[in-house]
Amino acid sequence: MLVKPMSMIKLEEDVSLVLCGEAGQGIQSVENIMVQALKMGGYHVFSTKEYMSRVRGGQNSTQIRASSKRVKAYRDRIDILVALSKGAIPHLEKRITENTLILGDEEVLQDMDENQYTLLKAPFISKAKKLGGLIFSNVIAAGALSCIMGVDKEIFDELITLLFASKGEKILEKDLKAGVKGYDIGKKLLDSGRISIKIDKNPAISKEILINGTQAVGLGCISGGCKFISAYPMTPSSPLQVFMADNASEFEMVFEQAEDEIAALNMALGASYAGARAMTATSGSGFALMQEAVGLAGMIETPVVIYIAQRPGPAVGLPTRTAQEDLNLALYSGPGEFPRIIYAPGNFKDALELSHKSFNLAEKYQIPVFILSDQYMADIYYNLPSLDIENLDVEDYLVETDADYKRYILTRDGISPRGIPGHGKGLVCVDSDEHDEEGHITEDLNLRTLMVDKRLKKMDKIRKEAIPGEFFTTSNSSSYETLILGWGSTYWPLKEALLEMENDDLALLHFKQLYPLSSQVGELIKKAKKSVMFENNAQGQMAHLVQMETGLKIDHKVLKYNGMPFSVEEILAVLETLEEE
Amino acid sequence: MDPEIFEMENADIAWCPGCGDFLILKALKQALADLELGPEKLVLVSGIGQAGKLPHYLKSNIFNGLHGRSLSPATAIKASNPDMVVIDVSGDGCMYGEGGNHFMHTIRRNPDITNIVLNNMVYGLTKGQASPTSQKDFETPFQVDGVFEEPFNPLAVAITLGASFVARTFAGDIPHMVDVLKKAIQHKGYSLVDIFQPCVTFNKVNTFSWFKENTYLMDDTHNPYLKIEALKRALEGNDGEGKFPLGIFYIKMGQSTFEENLSVYKKDKTPLFWRKVDKNKLKTLIDSKRSL
Repeated sequence: MLVKPMSMIKLEEDVSLVLCGEAGQGIQSVENIMVQALKMGGYHVFSTKEYMSRVRGGQNSTQIRASSKRVKAYRDRIDILVALSKGAIPHLEKRITENTLILGDEEVLQDMDENQYTLLKAPFISKAKKLGGLIFSNVIAAGALSCIMGVDKEIFDELITLLFASKGEKILEKDLKAGVKGYDIGKKLLDSGRISIKIDKNPAISKEILINGTQAVGLGCISGGCKFISAYPMTPSSPLQVFMADNASEFEMVFEQAEDEIAALNMALGASYAGARAMTATSGSGFALMQEAVGLAGMIETPVVIYIAQRPGPAVGLPTRTAQEDLNLALYSGPGEFPRIIYAPGNFKDALELSHKSFNLAEKYQIPVFILSDQYMADIYYNLPSLDIENLDVEDYLVETDADYKRYILTRDGISPRGIPGHGKGLVCVDSDEHDEEGHITEDLNLRTLMVDKRLKKMDKIRKEAIPGEFFTTSNSSSYETLILGWGSTYWPLKEALLEMENDDLALLHFKQLYPLSSQVGELIKKAKKSVMFENNAQGQMAHLVQMETGLKIDHKVLKYNGMPFSVEEILAVLETLEEE
Repeated sequence: MDPEIFEMENADIAWCPGCGDFLILKALKQALADLELGPEKLVLVSGIGQAGKLPHYLKSNIFNGLHGRSLSPATAIKASNPDMVVIDVSGDGCMYGEGGNHFMHTIRRNPDITNIVLNNMVYGLTKGQASPTSQKDFETPFQVDGVFEEPFNPLAVAITLGASFVARTFAGDIPHMVDVLKKAIQHKGYSLVDIFQPCVTFNKVNTFSWFKENTYLMDDTHNPYLKIEALKRALEGNDGEGKFPLGIFYIKMGQSTFEENLSVYKKDKTPLFWRKVDKNKLKTLIDSKRSL
């Protein structure tokens, strides 16, 4: 029998750790522990999870990247795989290479071909069982990895204490013991000489902010003056609902779990009518239920912010996966014609700032503003030096009403000063029927035309304020052959790929405002010989929108719609083919 | 206060001559005037239907929203500004049909609002189809063989769900309507006032005289503080057994309202629109993400 020589895995500068196990094995907890432990240990970290819509069984995995450089994107590459279940290796087969070191118990590795895989036994499960249950395998694995990565045991113990103290003294004690076992395993692995890790640590990183995409949006909503959130639970928007509920008391907000999505948006509109900055959060089919009330927002010109964390559809689709499929749904939601804004943040700074801006612009133009995110963006973690809220002010557009106040008084720019009931001497009347200037029902067809024009007129100013997106090249030259386009969560994968290519012929235009598009977009596309749009949907919804808004056809569409985000490697492969063309 | 204060001089009223809605509008104005609640203090919320137009005919702040959805904005308006008096005016189709889910859950939430339902057992605006409260065998252009579904019993549902105030009155009795409406508006918590009302155009069965013959006023022997007694009364008149009682069926005391339960009002009653973002707190929250 040919025996593969003992190979050594050398990890330098940037390591990709992946843990995989069944739902219920606590893979999520490992992610929470590892990102914190690595950041506290002085590494830049990034994590992303992919999981099944089930409470037990299946295969869930999480990727954790630790690096001496900032890392913020999903990669296929796996340097170390911790396999906590038999299904883990088949589940990740396509991403495993001979350079992937697979750690696992004998029972997990026994049927695996040693010629095909680089295997190393590590008793995560057997030690867990001795401690009293399979569930401890997650902390043991986290301990082993932390040890390999050189994270101080004190930091690790502090984390475990923080995470498990609420579960009672007995459980905490066992989890701390699990940590000790994990570090023992880690030491043995290091002593085996099969792993060597050289990544520079920087203690300053331990003081940086570590958040996920959901929290970045939530902080933006709070800074935008959100005072009311009504929503119905739905993955992957639920984490934002949890974040807002958690902070409701501290930031004087009302959080209410509505009986359905229909009530959720109708409540938000009631709150907004009464002067409270209001929002809702939902996903896919949940948003489909809200469409009726999106039309109400348009008709009664009442500000509201709608956060949509996208997942693959139609209908229930893949509840826990990612997609960019609901752009059209947001763009065309609601009967009739009225203005709206759609933002799609691709990084945490934008998530904060655009969410903030959503509230101000919703108030300024009295319209629905959408924040389009997705499962990938909502769940990724990475560290960043700071989030600056100094200039994020709440712009007040409410007026105190006079006795002769008219809610829909016709103005040149279509914006009627917005009063609220109980603030001033006037009465505030809003109506979902076509209405007169006072807000009372009318069937005067001349007035109807004036009111439609008034509402749509607001689009002129909205368009002028449109954000052109972020333009990026690796060279200093302003000319480029190929323009790469993307929106929302593809930001970092595209950027990391471009930085790696270092090809002066390439440029990136990333949209953070999808609608309306800035007039500058057309010019940037015209300058390229070739344009390539990356999207997580099957039809190229943004490419169509760009064509609709600019009249320019996007040459190539790279579409992925299996529920997983684009990896940096996939993008690189596409860019390399383009180069050869 | 003179009920004239609520007069809308130029309102082009879309109700049929002789409609029970005129009497309800009159009673509501009287009740509000008696309670000294002026237009600026009021928000009338409604959905769609002939009943949903009522707010346009009574001078006040109004939120005339979507069909069946009125209780959601009504709840939120009260939660955002508890200083306002919020009254939801809907029809039987709007509230018990399209809005059934919101009806149930608003009762559970118990916001301090008054929910008036103009119940004529038929759809008016869409011209004569059966409503959830249409009685059996009622023939319409849609229900050509007559209604065979069980009529929805809003009072029994509300009482079972623990609604804090449940009453029924009749458009043909203005003093009774005024009395019940005043008590409902003054009641702290969610109040349901179902008002029997004839539709002179589309309901030739449940007419003024039919309602007179098939209802009776509850007297002092009814104890509205006993849930089971209230439920027994609410079941009367259904399935053609006996007459429909009128009056206050049920009052649940000591229940905290939705607004009172919100942490935001525990220390401070200020409406939400006055409240600012505390940037220092937000900075603290952001900085908390630097450590474990």
